[in-house]
This record gives sequence, structure tokens and C-alpha cells, in this order.
Amino acid sequence: MLDLAFYQKIAPTLLDGAAVTIGLMAVSVPCGFVIALPVALARVSANRFLWAPAYAFIFFFRGTPLLVQLFLIYYGLGQFAVIRDSIAWPLLREAWWCAVLALSLNTGAYTAEILRGAIQAVPHGEIEAGRACGMSPALIYRRLILPKAARLALPAYVNEIIMLLKSSALVFTITVIDLMGAANLIRSRTFRIYEPLVAAGALYLAMTFAVTRVAAWVESALAPERRPPR
Amino acid sequence: MTDLATAFSLGAQGWGDELLAGMATTAQLAATAYACGLVLGLAGAAAKLSGAWLLRALADLYTTVVRGVPEILILFLLFYGGASLVRGLLQDLGHTGPVEVSAFLAGAIALGVVSGAYSTELFRGAILAIPRGQLEAGRAVGMGPWLRFRRILFPQMLRYALPGLGNLWLVMLKDTALVSVIGLNDLLRVGYIAMGSTRQPFTFFLAVALMFLVMTIVSMIVLHRLERWAGQGVRRA
Repeated sequence: MLDLAFYQKIAPTLLDGAAVTIGLMAVSVPCGFVIALPVALARVSANRFLWAPAYAFIFFFRGTPLLVQLFLIYYGLGQFAVIRDSIAWPLLREAWWCAVLALSLNTGAYTAEILRGAIQAVPHGEIEAGRACGMSPALIYRRLILPKAARLALPAYVNEIIMLLKSSALVFTITVIDLMGAANLIRSRTFRIYEPLVAAGALYLAMTFAVTRVAAWVESALAPERRPPR
Repeated sequence: MTDLATAFSLGAQGWGDELLAGMATTAQLAATAYACGLVLGLAGAAAKLSGAWLLRALADLYTTVVRGVPEILILFLLFYGGASLVRGLLQDLGHTGPVEVSAFLAGAIALGVVSGAYSTELFRGAILAIPRGQLEAGRAVGMGPWLRFRRILFPQMLRYALPGLGNLWLVMLKDTALVSVIGLNDLLRVGYIAMGSTRQPFTFFLAVALMFLVMTIVSMIVLHRLERWAGQGVRRA
């Protein structure tokens, strides 16, 4: 039953697809974080003109399907002459950049919400202590709030990265040949269903497993006091 | 402005009624798949907490694999794999001719399998959160297993699991959009078709997004009420 020769034949295509998936993740995860940090800070601010737009951004991107966001960016942006004439058009015309943009904005919204929760979970007494020592608000953020929040947010952030990895499989619908796209291509060309999809599933499992392993290592590196004694 | 009004009007001219029909399909699919997921989740939690190692191992395999693989992959596997399986069976029975698997059914099962893996963990945690002494007390006053489940386990489990189940519903609502890829006329696919005939992709996908937001907002209101109902009689800090 197990047709090893067939698996060998499709392996290069699948691995190329996996490389595209990893490339998408390598760009979208940092971009998403860069978006999330200011949005989270705006979201916890008391100023209405800061938190309201941040709230709307988070609500829109968490409340609608990623597939709709992908279509909105890939098909939708070309509707406007302003965008077609802008310098960003050569990038936005390409499916890969549209995928990166959609994934980054999406994970940016989810990550901002995670960071907000973590920032608000920092014990009030620690902030008061910082104030009592005469630290400026910026210094309190840099030395007390953000390092503590980073540790608190880490488990949820890892979950978000895994979710993003799985969601990235949707980019094949806008013609990016990622791992899922490669599997689907093989399926439609060879009329074999199980082999490409099962192999792609195994590769996705391996990738999610790798993310959890790296995350466990980072978590223990960030919290030396919780490591078991040697 | 009048262009927009015609584009979204009801009737043959506009896409308003088609979009609303798509919204109804999306809601139906989400509800069906969610119900499947709850049943699978209860069974999964029972298996994980049971004494039989084989059941536990199977449930662990189920939750690990399903949660580590993209939803769309599971959907494709069930849709195309299921179709070829049914075709093979029918051919063995002597049926020739085309066989079509309903996208709704495949979608409901696939999304149910996915959400079942998450609700398994939710239910497991909720059951473990109930103090054992309460169940022992129930046994001590002579309650049978079914009565203990109905009066002690289930109501409290529901309260513990409700916030997580609410999140799962919101995730499910958005995941239904995937089924448009295999051809179900859900909200997103109606938007896609409208884009093809009107050449206004942004307008229609934005409308689809806003309709998803409306469903999310309505769900959040209902969930909030449910949580308040399930938590009545519980002391708040």
C-alpha cells in the first residue's frame, strides 16, 4: 500500500512549498510584532484618540476571517486608482507580498491583544515601586513593565505563532505555492489525494513541534529562577 | 452613493439578498459543525479521563494531530478523500456515473473534527476543576452515576467551560469561510461571485467582512448573557 517511490517523487515539490511557508513566517512574525507593540501601547493608553483606533484595528482583524482579509488585500486593493498608481503597487500586485501583508496585520492584531493582557497583568505594586524610586514613565516601561509582560505573554504568543503557521496554509487560495499549495498542486495533477495531503500534514506537524521546542527553550532562558536546580 | 445602494439592494439588481442568504448558510454551517464538535469534545474528554489506556492514547493522538495541522488540510482530506471513498464504495455496489459529496456536509464534519479537538481539552479541564469531594458526596447520599452527571458534574462543567466554548464558537464562525474554497455558497463565496460580475472586489469583500463582524458582535452579546446565566448563584469577588 505504502508507495514509497511516489513519496520520493513528490518530496522536492513539498519541500519547496515548506520553504515558502517558512519564508512567509520568517517575515510575517517579526512584522506582526512590530505592528503589535505600538498598537498594544495605544490600546492601554488612557487617551481616547489613541485607544479607539487601536481597539478598532484589533476588533476588525480578530473579528473577520483571515481568508476575507487575504481577498480584501489581494483582489480588493486594485480597485482604487490611487493604489494602482502608488509606488507600493509593484509589491501589492504580487501575491506573496499580499500574503505577507495580510498575515502580518492579522497576527499583529492578535499579538497586540496578547500584549495588552500581559501589560495589564503586571502587578500594580511594581509600577508604584518604580515611581517611588523616581523612575520616569519611559524608564518604568523599559525596565519594569515590558520585561515582565514579555514573560507573561510568551505562552500565549507561542500559541499565536502556531496558529499563524496553520493559518498561513490559506495563502494558496491567492496563488502562493506554499506547503499546502504544493500538496494541492500534486493532488490535482496526479489525482492522488491521500499521499500529498498526509505528507504535508506530517510536515506541518513537524513544524509546529519545532516551534513548541524552541518556545520551551526560550521560556526557560527567560525565567532562570524557574529552572530545575542542576 | 446610488451605485452602492443598487449594488447591495435586494432583488435581481443587487447582491443584498444573495449576501444575506450566504450569511444564513454560514450561520447554519457554523452551528452544525459546532454541535458535531461538542459531541466529539465530550467523547474525547471522557476518553482522556477514562482508565483504559487505549482510549486515552487514541484521544491524545486525535487532539495532537488535529491541533497541529491546518484546518484547510483536514477539510481537503475529508472532502476529496471522502468523495473518492464514496465513489469506490458505490462502484463496488454497481453504481456508475458521477458522485458528488455535499460541500456542506464535508465542511460540517471537517470543522466539527477540528473544534472537537479543542473542546476535548476544554471539557477535560472543566471536569478536572470540579472538586472530587462533591462527586463523592453525591455518591454518599445515594445518587446514581447519571444523576451525579446531571446534577453535579454537568452544570458546573458548563460554567467552567463556557468562556472557552464561547471563544471556540467565535473561531468556528470565522473558520466556516474555508468551506467556500470547496464550493459552498457561503457568505465569502457570494462575495467572490459578486466580485466577478461587478469588478468591485474591495466593496464586496469589505461588506463580507462587516457581515462577519455583525455575526461576531451578536454572538458576543449572546455569550455574555449565557455566562451570566450559568454563573448565577456564584459569589463574585
